[in-house]
Amino acid sequence: MADHLEVALVAAERTVWQGEAKIVIARTTDGDVGILPGHAPLLGLLQGGTVQVRTVDDEYFVAAAPDGFISVANDRVSILAENAEMGHDIDLEEARRELEQALAAGLADADADELRLAEARVRAAEQTS
Amino acid sequence: MPANLRELRDRKASVSTIKKLTRAMELIAASRIVKAQQRAQAAGPYARELTRAVSAVATFSNVDHPLTTEKPNPKRAAVLLITSDRGQAGAYSANVIREGERLHQMLREDDKQIVSYLSGRKGLAYYTFRQREIAQSWTGDSDAPSFARAREIADALIEAFLTPTEEGGVDEIHIVFTRFVSMLTQRPDVIRLLPLEVIEGEEAPAADDVLPLYEFEPSAEEVLDGLLPKYVASRIHYCMLQAAASELANRQRAMKSATDNAQDLIESLTRDLNQARQAQITQEISEIVGGASALADANAGSE
Repeated sequence: MADHLEVALVAAERTVWQGEAKIVIARTTDGDVGILPGHAPLLGLLQGGTVQVRTVDDEYFVAAAPDGFISVANDRVSILAENAEMGHDIDLEEARRELEQALAAGLADADADELRLAEARVRAAEQTS
Repeated sequence: MPANLRELRDRKASVSTIKKLTRAMELIAASRIVKAQQRAQAAGPYARELTRAVSAVATFSNVDHPLTTEKPNPKRAAVLLITSDRGQAGAYSANVIREGERLHQMLREDDKQIVSYLSGRKGLAYYTFRQREIAQSWTGDSDAPSFARAREIADALIEAFLTPTEEGGVDEIHIVFTRFVSMLTQRPDVIRLLPLEVIEGEEAPAADDVLPLYEFEPSAEEVLDGLLPKYVASRIHYCMLQAAASELANRQRAMKSATDNAQDLIESLTRDLNQARQAQITQEISEIVGGASALADANAGSE
């Protein structure tokens, strides 16, 4: 058993981050799961849109991954989300503004997709800073 | 003669301008192919992981999902035709449209009704000109398709697939697109998108690559529910990226031969031009010589 996890955070059009990590914490539809090396194979749907990763160098980051899913097998963790993004790449002010816009628009036509994306970005940016 | 000379000069100038244009288009297409290939590569990991996950769920659970179930008596078939938005790409759109026609023929022989979905302005023009019915069409980004666009198409197709046949839904969905084999070869191709056949595709898992026994969170059904639409969107995105790379490769080739033709034309026009100019000079000289000798003859007679 390896002593670290191979993590890949993959968006539809590019690989957002790839590296080694000690622990990955993701919120699935059933609640938070922490994944350590040696975790049993798992396929789960993400909810809430953020994933926390502590790398082998003890760096800690949060990524937005709205509507994604996570797959774990043989100490390889893949987090797939169409619009995955690193928390520190997100401008918090801008994300907040977008969330407000989405909220305002959401009341009108209840477009949940955009709302969730905006929420996830704000949350990731907040947890990073 | 002078009129002809000017005409030739004008033609040469205009062909030179066209050559510059096609040359520029060739270079632009060439640089975009690289980008299109990079984009296709960047989308690779996502598609690979998805395929892996979907085949894992499909293998380790006996879940029947509407998207993977064959309908017993398929009556209506949807065809998504991926063409380009712009011309100047040789026979690219014509080829893929012809492949689409072949598929139509096949489906009609099976007594299936065809519902057309189109991507790209060229296909749309072809269908509207023939006044065919179009279920839905998307245009505007054929040479750099975004995932959002693929998602949009996937949503529309899945919705049509899940609608019962009697209410205007479809029983199967095919995609006609151009596969980018290499810079030199691009082949029109047909794949069946839905119902899904999961164990197939570009990256079949290797024989020794045993799939682990997965836990599902929350449950296999729900995971499959979430995954399959993403998988469909990713397949469509893959097709669109292939088509985009093919379009650019075709455009580059078409523009290269146009540039070469323009060059040939310029050379032959230059030759004609020189000949005409030379003929004019010769004529002028012979006129002068003729005139001078006539004058000399006249003078000789009078003395």
